[in-house]
Amino acid sequence: MAKPPKPEEMSRIDYTMPQTPWMETPVQYEPGCWGYPTKENIQVYNGFPNPRAWSPLDDDWKLPANWKDILLKGMEERLSKYRSFQLFMDICVRCGACADKCHFFIGGGDPKNMPVLRAELMRSIYRKNFTTAGKLLGGLAGARELTEDVVKEWFYYFYQCTECRRCSVYCPYGIDTAEITMMARELLHLLGVGVNWIMEPIANCTRTGNHLGLQPHAFKGNIDFLVDDIENITGVRIDPSFNRKGAEILFVTPSADAFAEPGIYTMMGYMMLFHELGLDYTMSTYCSEGGNFGLFTGSETMKKLNYKIYAEAKRLGVKWILGGECGHMWRVLHQYMDTMNGPADHLEAPVSPITGTKFENARSTKMVHVCEFTADLIKNNKLKLDPSRNDHRTVTFHDSCNPARAMGILEEPRYIIRNACNNFFEMPENTIREQTFCCGGGSGLNAGEFEIIRLRGGFPRGNALRYVQGKYGVNTLTCICAIDRATLVGLCDYWAPPVQVSGLHELVANALIMEGEQERTVGLRGEPLAGTEE
Amino acid sequence: MYDGGKIITGLVVFIGLVTFPLWSNVGKAAKKPDPKIDTPVIQQLPEKERKCIEPKALMQAEHMKILNDWRDAVVRDGNRIYVSSSGKSFNMSLQKECMNCHSNKKKFCDECHNYADVKPYCWTCHIEPKEKEKVAWASIEENS
Amino acid sequence: MRLWLPLIAVLALILIAYAGVSGAGMNYLFGVFIPYIAFLIFLIGFISRVVKWGRSPVPFRIPTTAGQEKSLPWIKDNKIDNPSTTGGVIIRMLLEVFLFRSLFRNLKSELSGGKLAYGSAKWLWLAGLAFHYSFLTILIRHLRFFTEPIPFFVKWAETLDGILQVGVPTFYQTDMVILAAVAYLFLRRVFVPQLRYISLANDYFPLFLILSIAVSGILMRYFFKTNIVGVKELTMGLVTFSPKIPEGIGVIFYIHLFLVSILFAYFPFSKLMHMGGVFLSPTRNLANNNRAVRHINPWNYPVKVHTYEEYEDEFREVMKEAGIPVEKE
Repeated sequence: MAKPPKPEEMSRIDYTMPQTPWMETPVQYEPGCWGYPTKENIQVYNGFPNPRAWSPLDDDWKLPANWKDILLKGMEERLSKYRSFQLFMDICVRCGACADKCHFFIGGGDPKNMPVLRAELMRSIYRKNFTTAGKLLGGLAGARELTEDVVKEWFYYFYQCTECRRCSVYCPYGIDTAEITMMARELLHLLGVGVNWIMEPIANCTRTGNHLGLQPHAFKGNIDFLVDDIENITGVRIDPSFNRKGAEILFVTPSADAFAEPGIYTMMGYMMLFHELGLDYTMSTYCSEGGNFGLFTGSETMKKLNYKIYAEAKRLGVKWILGGECGHMWRVLHQYMDTMNGPADHLEAPVSPITGTKFENARSTKMVHVCEFTADLIKNNKLKLDPSRNDHRTVTFHDSCNPARAMGILEEPRYIIRNACNNFFEMPENTIREQTFCCGGGSGLNAGEFEIIRLRGGFPRGNALRYVQGKYGVNTLTCICAIDRATLVGLCDYWAPPVQVSGLHELVANALIMEGEQERTVGLRGEPLAGTEE
Repeated sequence: MYDGGKIITGLVVFIGLVTFPLWSNVGKAAKKPDPKIDTPVIQQLPEKERKCIEPKALMQAEHMKILNDWRDAVVRDGNRIYVSSSGKSFNMSLQKECMNCHSNKKKFCDECHNYADVKPYCWTCHIEPKEKEKVAWASIEENS
Repeated sequence: MRLWLPLIAVLALILIAYAGVSGAGMNYLFGVFIPYIAFLIFLIGFISRVVKWGRSPVPFRIPTTAGQEKSLPWIKDNKIDNPSTTGGVIIRMLLEVFLFRSLFRNLKSELSGGKLAYGSAKWLWLAGLAFHYSFLTILIRHLRFFTEPIPFFVKWAETLDGILQVGVPTFYQTDMVILAAVAYLFLRRVFVPQLRYISLANDYFPLFLILSIAVSGILMRYFFKTNIVGVKELTMGLVTFSPKIPEGIGVIFYIHLFLVSILFAYFPFSKLMHMGGVFLSPTRNLANNNRAVRHINPWNYPVKVHTYEEYEDEFREVMKEAGIPVEKE
């Protein structure tokens, strides 16, 4: 795997445009900027076409003989199924407002990472094949021929978009590049062109219920380790349940929280909180994954993976569902689940059993974000929090793309942080809330082989972080997304060391005074608390 | 979700707006302006001398500019004499010169001005000529 | 090429109109026939493009949320940038359509010494707004040629636009504003490297076309005066379906009219359709009430899923060993 250059080198970004027009500039596969293709057996298991051994560096991608036909038919079908796609092909005026809004363009300077040009990669083909002007005037109307080079270009650049929707905030017509990227990826999959790091988790998730492919006993085993850790730190033994019928609430969170640092501390946080509340909840090994890589693949896969949540909620007979901290998971839950797999008439409109608050905003989907749940607890004084236990942390908050721009959960996490920590500082206003920058690893780009493009994309976030690090001494970047928790660690190490990354409920649980607890001298990750150091 | 109803409503509004000139004129005969030069003063002139200060085409296109120049010449420079392209001299005065012949403001000036929606501000300073059809407050005051 | 060809095309169009009227005397073609055809193309083209958009459903509710969601009652939600009600959506759309709210957010990111800074960048917004409102005012003003008697709002637009009462004929501010705005929109495409790189021929063409229309109109009003009464006779003839070609209308008018006709005919096939499209944008015109009200996807279809039964069948033994409850012992 290619080694990234030094940060000083990477932050010298060349924004000069190439001499040749973009249509005549062929794609260059730079090391560290593209994904390894789907393995044959994974392709077969997922039921995707054209399984084969191939590499994007090959000249011959072994596309199906009639690939052009497949792709254009697929495009036609999607134009008729998605108004967003059809509209966004037609109405862009290339005003350029989006150009310097993409973290990949800001951090890398590749013109095809300007959202407008990324979309033009697709629009040029649309014009050539679906518009009169494009057919007649060709290049003059911004149209170009569909060739294998276009497919190669798509695979490169539509996997350098994290579907973060930052561009869509600034677009005067609300053109959302994520919609175009989703379509491009669906089309590429029709030809058997995909990234293994997305497709293998899908296969795992299908079979075992989670991305890592942890079988039920292993999943439970991992959680049991965390339970032991909790006991060591707090002296309180908790007893989470799995696949328990009759529980009131089904709790679903990304499986990364069950096995990988720093997500495990967030998972410990949830379990400590729920234990302290005496919440009647259970987790499922069958749907032990909130994340949904179908979002990065295609609507059919998304629906297939998402199906498990309602199905399991029904089987277990729970009343409603609580969802953990995750970005793209919540995009699916908030904007797709009810439409795809609802209506969830077997569930009840969610009511907090602790405060009695009825979550009106989730009355149809019947799924509540854990930040909404916890903010409500704090507001109703149901938690005993000692924020000084987080005094060893100076915290800033990273809004994750999807919760910010596809949901709008901005205040709940901030309210929780302010109650759980004494030292909280915001990053500059153009880099947070709806204007937040992606970590660089969204939409399946957090595979090892994407490291260089990911670090480039992480530059704007890293820069904002550096700023508050220097100004306020921030040492903790808190977020509510599992992909963030994985990606930001590398980002911080590279752009703003030694800032640590934490989930929000790690901070909550650190501050949470539990009944029967021993005196706490260390935080959830075993780090000494302020005032307890030797 | 298609929102067909909303789209059709929007289209109907759009069509309504862009075709406004078509339907708003239905049933209204498009009358062509017909400025009259049959005032008593003009009638009394011999046929040959029935000429404006400049040729008709120039007057049609440039009368507003000529009047504007006149105003500036009189008000700013005190110059009251206009020598036309044919060498004749005229008194630069809207009321005493122009309106002397064209005393029929309504049938002469307004005929085209209203048609093309031109709003000259001559009469914010000058007194409109008295015409039989209309009794302006100014003229009542003058008579009393 | 992307810049020069559209310019040449517009110059050619001007020449065609000039030669056609002044040389070949095809006044009827340019004064009546082409305007009718152009308007028809515009109308039918516009409608069919919108209908085409309308025939594709909105399968998912995907608003871009640019503010706090409506969740707990004590958290203040952003009712406009993250609307949860139809009323909020309407306000969001009005602000978008009339004030270009999203574009108002525009920033400029600048890198110096390895540090990024974000500055306000409102010029595009300002020029865009100036351009569109000038265009609208000019359009309304032009209704004086298409109505008799002239409605009050047209008179208002004219009075307002000439409020400075400078010059004869009265100078319209919008004439100057639209020229300045179009010039800005053009120059930024030429001089901002990123803009130049993304610009296509079909970005320059409408700019040149609109610029030529504005310039020919201004020339006609202030310099090469034409028989305005005759012009109105012609335009009224068009809208009352009794077309005629009055005498004494200068060729500059036919050039102006031809360019306008080209703009109308070009409109439905171009990016100018953003005029209709902005209303249909699913990231803007939907309320963010996803979890409260179920959105229906008309083509939702069942997919092959991995059921719990299949899962338990595969893992029953290990589940039992781990003490995880199972359906079948």
